Amino acid sequence: MNPAMTQSDQDRHEDRGMNDYNFAYLDEQTKRMIRRAILKGLAIPGYQVPFASREMPMPYGWGTGGVQVSAAVLTPEDTFKVIDQGADDTTNAVSIRRFFQKTAGVAVTEATAEASVIQTRHRIPEAALSEDQVLVYQVPIPEPLRFLEPSEVETRKMHELEEYGLMHVKLYEDIAQHGAIATAYAYPVKVEGRYVMDPSPIPKFDNPKLEMAAIQLFGAGREQRIYALPPYTQVVSLDFEDHPFEASKADHPCGLCGAEDSYLDELIVDDAGGRLFMCSDTDYCAARQTAGHRGADAAPVVEGMA
Amino acid sequence: MTPLLQVENIAKFYGARIGCTDVSFDLYPGEVMGIVGESGSGKSTLLNTLAGHLTPDRGAVRFDTRADGLRDTVTMSEPERRMLSRTDWAFVHQHARDGLRMNVSAGGNVGERLMAVGTRHYGDIRASATDWLGRVEINEDRIDDRPSAFSGGMQQRLQIARNLVTGPRLVFMDEPTGGLDVSVQARLLDLLRGLVREMGLSAIIVTHDLAVVRLLADRLMVMKDGHVVETGLTDQVLDDPQHGYTQLLVSSVLQV
Amino acid sequence: MIRVENVSKSFTLHNQGAAVIPVMRGGELTVARGECVALTGASGAGKSTLMRMIYGNYLTASGRIMVGDLDVAQAAPREILELRRHVLGYVSQFLRVVPRVATLDVVAEPLRAVGSSEGEARARAGELLAQLNIPERLWQLSPTTFSGGEQQRVNIARGFAHPYPVLLLDEPTASLDATNRATVLALIEEAKARGTAILGIFHDEAARDQICNREVDVTRFTPGLAA
Repeated sequence: MNPAMTQSDQDRHEDRGMNDYNFAYLDEQTKRMIRRAILKGLAIPGYQVPFASREMPMPYGWGTGGVQVSAAVLTPEDTFKVIDQGADDTTNAVSIRRFFQKTAGVAVTEATAEASVIQTRHRIPEAALSEDQVLVYQVPIPEPLRFLEPSEVETRKMHELEEYGLMHVKLYEDIAQHGAIATAYAYPVKVEGRYVMDPSPIPKFDNPKLEMAAIQLFGAGREQRIYALPPYTQVVSLDFEDHPFEASKADHPCGLCGAEDSYLDELIVDDAGGRLFMCSDTDYCAARQTAGHRGADAAPVVEGMA
Repeated sequence: MTPLLQVENIAKFYGARIGCTDVSFDLYPGEVMGIVGESGSGKSTLLNTLAGHLTPDRGAVRFDTRADGLRDTVTMSEPERRMLSRTDWAFVHQHARDGLRMNVSAGGNVGERLMAVGTRHYGDIRASATDWLGRVEINEDRIDDRPSAFSGGMQQRLQIARNLVTGPRLVFMDEPTGGLDVSVQARLLDLLRGLVREMGLSAIIVTHDLAVVRLLADRLMVMKDGHVVETGLTDQVLDDPQHGYTQLLVSSVLQV
Repeated sequence: MIRVENVSKSFTLHNQGAAVIPVMRGGELTVARGECVALTGASGAGKSTLMRMIYGNYLTASGRIMVGDLDVAQAAPREILELRRHVLGYVSQFLRVVPRVATLDVVAEPLRAVGSSEGEARARAGELLAQLNIPERLWQLSPTTFSGGEQQRVNIARGFAHPYPVLLLDEPTASLDATNRATVLALIEEAKARGTAILGIFHDEAARDQICNREVDVTRFTPGLAA
C-alpha cells in the first residue's frame, strides 16, 4: 500500500495488475522534485533548471529526460502520444508508449488532436496544438553555447549576465564558411528577449511553431536539465539583420498526401536512386489522406476499401 | 582634469606572501604607464588586480566611466565589470592563445566583441573586421583562417585587433612582445605606438624589457618584491635612476 | 621663458658603496624670448646635465626651474609631458631611433603629437629635410642606417618641426659640414626671430659667436671646480 495514494487510486492500481510500479514508474518524491523544476522553468522561460535526473530503465541517449518529465506530469486521465522524428511507429516511440501504458495505465493514441500529453523526439507536430495540451521534448545537449565554450562555469556566467555575443559568432562563422547560416536543426532561439535556448534538435523549419498555445517542457536526462516555455511565449530565432532567419524546407509536396506546408522525410525507394518525399509527421499525413487528399506517389484508391 | 584611472593603495596578498602592496598612481587619458621588474616583482599580480582578474585585499581602482564618472571597479558588480572589460577596457595577454578563440576564424575573433555589444549586421561586422585586420597589418585574405594557422606575431596582432575593435580607452598589456622574434617585436611595437597615438589610448604595460618600455611608455614604475621602488617619467627613471635597484636594472641592460 | 634658480644635483651610486657625487650647486640662469644663450665650460662640468634638468630628464635636488609658468623641478610627470609636447623642445646629441619608422615620420612625429594631420605633418617634415639636404629617396627609410651626420640632421629637423617657444640644443652643429652648419644656424636665427628662447651647447666657437647673445659658464656651479 502506498500511503501517498488514496484508496480509490490504489484500487485502480491493483486492478490493472501493476503492483510492481508506482504510477508512471517514478516515486512520488522524485515527481515532486521534477515538478518543482518544471514550475521554476515555466517561471523563467528558457532558463535551464538543474534537476536530479534518476536512473531510468533505458540508457542515456534514449530519451530519459523526456520520460522523466512525462512521468512527472502524467495523470491517470491523460491520453498520451509519443513521436520520434514525427513518426508514432518507430522502435523508440513504441517502447516509450508501451512503458507508460504499463507503468501508468494511461490511454494512448496516435492522433495528435486527441492527445493531452505528447512526448516528442526532434519534431513538433504539424497540427497546431491547443491550450489543453503539453508537449514534452527529448533533449540531448541543453546548452546552446556548449560547442563554442566547453566550460560549464563559463556558459552559466554567460546566461547569468546575458553575454550572448558568442552565439552570434557561431552564426557569423557559418555565413563566412558557407555563405549562409548552416545550422539546419537545433537552431538557437532567444526566449522573451532574455535567455538563449536550444530548442532540441528539431529542424529549423519547426522553429516558428515554438510560439504556441500549449505548454512546452524540455528534459535532458544525461545532462540533468529541465527548461520550459509557457503558452504564448515569445521565441525568436537568432539571425543577422542582413541574413534573416528562414524556416526552409525541401521544395516538394508530400508524395502521399500532397501537403505543401509540412516537413518532409526523403526516402530512397529503389536501387536506381528513386526517391519519395513524405510528411515526417505520420499522423498529419494519415489524417490528410483519410480526408481525401492524395499526393503524386500515393497508392491508388481501391474501391471498397476505406 | 579627471584621471582616467585612479589607483589607491592597492594590495594583494597570497597568504602571508606579498603579491603587491602600497601601489597608488593616477593615469590620465593618452598616457602609457610601464611597469617593470624582474620575475617575482609583483608586476603581473598588479596588472591582473587592476584589470579585475584578481580581487585586491585592499585599495581602490577608480575608473572614469562614460556614464557615471569615477567608479571603483573593485566594488562594482560583476556584470558591470565584465561589460567594462568588453567595451572600455582591453587586455592583451602575453600568450595570444589566452586572448583568442583558437577555433574561431580571425574575422570571428575580431567581430566577437562587436557582437557581444549588440551589433547584428553581418556585413558591418565583416567590414569592421577587415578594416581592423588591415590596421594590424594582417592580410585581409586571412580573415576566414583560424589563428592556429598564424605565426606568433600574427596571433599577437590579431589579439590586439580583437581588443581594440570596440574603441576601448584603457588597454592592459602583459608582456606584449614576450616570446616573439626581435624583428617581429619591432613591428609590433611600432603598431602599438601608432595605435596608442591615433586612438588616444591609455595603457598599462607590464614588461621586463627596458627597451620596450622606453619606446612605448611615458611613465614608468619599477617594482621589486611587491613594492614600487621608483616611479616617474620613463626617460628620467632610465637616465637618472634614484633607487639602487633601478640603477642595477639599468646598468644590467646589454647595449647592442 | 627659462629661469633657473639655485638648483643643485648629485648622483648617488647605490651599487658602488652608495658613493655620492655632487655635480651642481647654486645653478642660476635665465633665457628670455628671442634670446640664444650658450652654456660653456669644460667637458664634464655639467652643461648637458643642466640641460637635462631643464628638460626634466634629470631630477633636480633643490631649487626651481621655471619654464614659462611651470616649475619643472616640482612638476608632475603629466605636466612635464604636456610641456614637452607643446612648449619645450630638445635636440639631443644623438638620435634615438625607433626601429623601422621612416625618416619622414620620425621628423613629422612632434607635429602629429600636437594634433597635426598626417598630410600636414609630413609636408612640413619634407620641407625641413629638404632644407637640411637629406635626399628624398631616403625619406621612406629608417634613419638607423644613416651616417652620423645624416642622423644628426634628421634629429635637428625633428627638433624644429614644431615651433616650440623654448628650445634646448645640445651640440646642434656637431658632425656637420659647412653647408649644413650654415643651414642649421639659419634655422636657429629664424627661431630666435620668432621669439623662441634658446639654450644651446656649442663646441663650435664660430657658431656660438654667430648666434648667441650671451654665455653662461657652468663651471661656476660645479662643486669643487668653482673659482
